[in-house]
Amino acid sequence: MTLLQVESLDVRHGLLQAVREVSFELGEGETLALVGANGAGKTTLLRSIAGAHRPAAGHVLLDGKDITRVPAHERVKLGIALVPEGRRLFPGLTVEENLLIAGANGRPGPWNVKSVLEAFPLLEPLRRHRAGSLSGGEQQATAIGRALMTNPRVLLLDEVSLGLAPVAVDGVYRSLEKLIESGATILLVEQDLGRALKVASRIACMLEGRIVLEGTPAELTRERVTEAYFGLKRSVPA
Amino acid sequence: MSDYSEQRLDSRTGFDVASGVVVSSPEEPAGGRSVPLLEAVGIQKRFGALVVLNGVNFAVGSDEAVGIVGPNGAGKTTLLSILAGAQRPSGGRVLLRGDDVTGAGSARRCRLGIARAHQVPKPFGDMTVFENVFVGAAMGSRKRRSEAYDRSLEVLELCDMLDVANRPAESLGLLHRKRLELARALATEPEVLLLDEIGAGLTDEEAAALVVTIRELRRQRVAIVWIEHIVHVLVQVIDRLVAMDAGRVIAEGAPDEVMRDAKVIDAYLGSAGAVA
Repeated sequence: MTLLQVESLDVRHGLLQAVREVSFELGEGETLALVGANGAGKTTLLRSIAGAHRPAAGHVLLDGKDITRVPAHERVKLGIALVPEGRRLFPGLTVEENLLIAGANGRPGPWNVKSVLEAFPLLEPLRRHRAGSLSGGEQQATAIGRALMTNPRVLLLDEVSLGLAPVAVDGVYRSLEKLIESGATILLVEQDLGRALKVASRIACMLEGRIVLEGTPAELTRERVTEAYFGLKRSVPA
Repeated sequence: MSDYSEQRLDSRTGFDVASGVVVSSPEEPAGGRSVPLLEAVGIQKRFGALVVLNGVNFAVGSDEAVGIVGPNGAGKTTLLSILAGAQRPSGGRVLLRGDDVTGAGSARRCRLGIARAHQVPKPFGDMTVFENVFVGAAMGSRKRRSEAYDRSLEVLELCDMLDVANRPAESLGLLHRKRLELARALATEPEVLLLDEIGAGLTDEEAAALVVTIRELRRQRVAIVWIEHIVHVLVQVIDRLVAMDAGRVIAEGAPDEVMRDAKVIDAYLGSAGAVA
């Protein structure tokens, strides 16, 4: 059943329209991967679903209820959690403190410090370390753990592999695959098409603010995504 | 450390040791080729420990339009800044008609015929559109007042901005701001125009209008170097495409061939074979 619904969303950054009439649905337990070039609007779309950026037009619905005007911190309580690009931890706080802050502002549920540390065993010996002292991969695990602490119904992940060593990316993705198996509902932005095709139940490709191609990994080939990604089959009206 | 000395060698020979390719105009015989209008040879650029450009060779001929693509962090804008004289390379040289202009700042290069339109337009906000363009015409090519006036009107007409000529620049929307950025650069009467993502955020109709304008510039024999993420717009105007990734040129040639190149697709979308 549909958990998250985005209807004709327009989002602007001042003069620039970053998201143009985007609509899609995300069902319970689905993983949708957004791919697209720089400036395609992926991050802006995620941020407006999280409530961090107010759209110019259109609607965001959770469980059929319009939350377009609900502020970001209230959306966390309704079950939307964003793992932002660049992780954005509190660097002066410990791993555990970062987790607890999120936990105090989320929903009740199975995720707590204990279960997060079980899901990300690499964090267990680091729980009293300052987040700013961690490696990129450890910080990314903390950022995902922090989002889980709110017991989200929809997890929004923005470029979790950005700036990480390949080994660290593998680690983050192993944890993600476990989450997906456990039935989590995830919307993720991923530049690496191979990874997106591997973990996602559906892929959507964005080009200049619009979703130009959508389908299951079985329906889409690398060639079709590449074509949509660069928009080479499109011609600008003369 | 041996890598570094190899790169130093690169910058003298113009030969990319790592990929084994002479990057500029490989189809032309080395002995007989004409001097490019603007050329960057063995460009290195470091910001502290971060190597942003690593032995880049780039050339544009007069009457040629070259596109540059590549994922974020490839070094495209830094290369453009070095061509424009806004940044000094850590190694390598910039040549204009064969003359070394590496030490010349951007104001001097502008008068020598290199103009740049920036990714984020920053007009003089409290001046009118006409006044902004007039500054380019008067200062960029040291024209007399009446000549600069005529040139400004010509450029405003070409960029379809006559109807907003008397508006303060700060009142303009995105499309007009981008056009003004282009007009200011054109007012200096460049021989080569460096464009940095001037198509971003435009609607399809606006992008089509931009293509018409750039084609007109080509008709006027202005050489173009254009960084653009919107590839399907870019390929309508350019003769040759250069793809960059992580501070290097990874492919170069006919636009459709470069965009089909597995190295280029991998740079954007991750390696095809990497995830089992």
